[in-house]
Amino acid sequence: MPPQLKTLIPLFGAFIVLFLIARHFLVPVSFGELGHYRFNSIAENKEKAMNYAGKDACADCHDDKAAQLKSDVHSGLSCETCHGPGQAHTENPETVKLNKPDQRSFCGNCHSMNASRPKFMVQIELKEHNPDKKCIECHNPHQPWQLKE
Amino acid sequence: MATKGIEESRRNFIRKAAAAGGLLATGLLNPFNAILYAVEKPTDPTKHWWGFGIDIEKCIGCGRCANACKEENNVPREPFYFRNWVEQYTIKNDGSVKVESPNGGIDGFVQTVPKEDIFKAFFVPKMCNHCYKSPCVQACPVGATYETPDGVVLVDETYCIGCRYCVQACPYGCRYIHPEKNTVDKCTLCYHRISKGKTTACVEVCPTQARIFGDLNDKNGELVKFLKEHTCLVLKPHLNTGSKLYYNGLNGEVR
Repeated sequence: MPPQLKTLIPLFGAFIVLFLIARHFLVPVSFGELGHYRFNSIAENKEKAMNYAGKDACADCHDDKAAQLKSDVHSGLSCETCHGPGQAHTENPETVKLNKPDQRSFCGNCHSMNASRPKFMVQIELKEHNPDKKCIECHNPHQPWQLKE
Repeated sequence: MATKGIEESRRNFIRKAAAAGGLLATGLLNPFNAILYAVEKPTDPTKHWWGFGIDIEKCIGCGRCANACKEENNVPREPFYFRNWVEQYTIKNDGSVKVESPNGGIDGFVQTVPKEDIFKAFFVPKMCNHCYKSPCVQACPVGATYETPDGVVLVDETYCIGCRYCVQACPYGCRYIHPEKNTVDKCTLCYHRISKGKTTACVEVCPTQARIFGDLNDKNGELVKFLKEHTCLVLKPHLNTGSKLYYNGLNGEVR
């Protein structure tokens, strides 16, 4: 064996061992198990908390309101479309209350006159259609065509 | 004779060298071939391959989807951080196009163009296209963004270095840097919900069922039914990103 190799082989060997040790500590657990990423990250993404409970969860307790909603044109809406995320409310129904939006502008999100909206949408001019009243004074949001007065 | 021998050996040498060089090049470059290593639609019909459909003809521009996404995924409320948002397209009679998205549509839309000037107007909800040949995944230098085997593009928050390459790479503008975490954030297709059998938050709250979430691998599923019944297009098909966000009624002006 040439003398140069005798000195170089251990040196290279040491470099390779150092590299493998460094690699062991620098590459995170489960990296590359399925691709060029940390496989455990998939499970971490699954574990995040939910804020929206879903329509079925609401109907478990509020079956009367769910039946009302189903009977009129708002049947396609989810409860949480207007009332906001309800997961916390399903867990602590006494302490966490959901909001009941009653501003005209909130109804206007869907129903204000706008040429961009599809024709099937019922639209009104917010400034002309009973401008000093709240929408819910006449319309029950759960049954919009069952007028109150 | 002697020169001929040298010519032949030279020719052989070049042949062998070219073959060896070619083999070496393909061997070295293969790991960088992102298309080759992109996830593929599972052949097993019981495995999921998530996709999304949006029916522009049904969208009323209420912006509840954009709001629900922020509530569900704790997206900062400032009007420039969005995982999904709604754009109002107004094509005027003179052919010019006006695109607006005040606060992503969360506070509602106002049509500022007078009715007589409007040729056509509609809303286009936008979100991550969950491409299966994602430019963002190919751009990530550390492997912090990836495609899951069921076809969802996710971010590894603990591993992202916040270099913003993916933000530039996404042709649909669907990524932003989270101001507190300083890592990239994007639509996860509510991965924490869909893996528990629930639908996404934006689909849950959509009042007109303009948004359809489903499994492209499920032949009897809602999304496949939607694709069969409508003429659907994806955004920027010429980029060959493998987008899995399908639009019905997509106008050619939409970018």
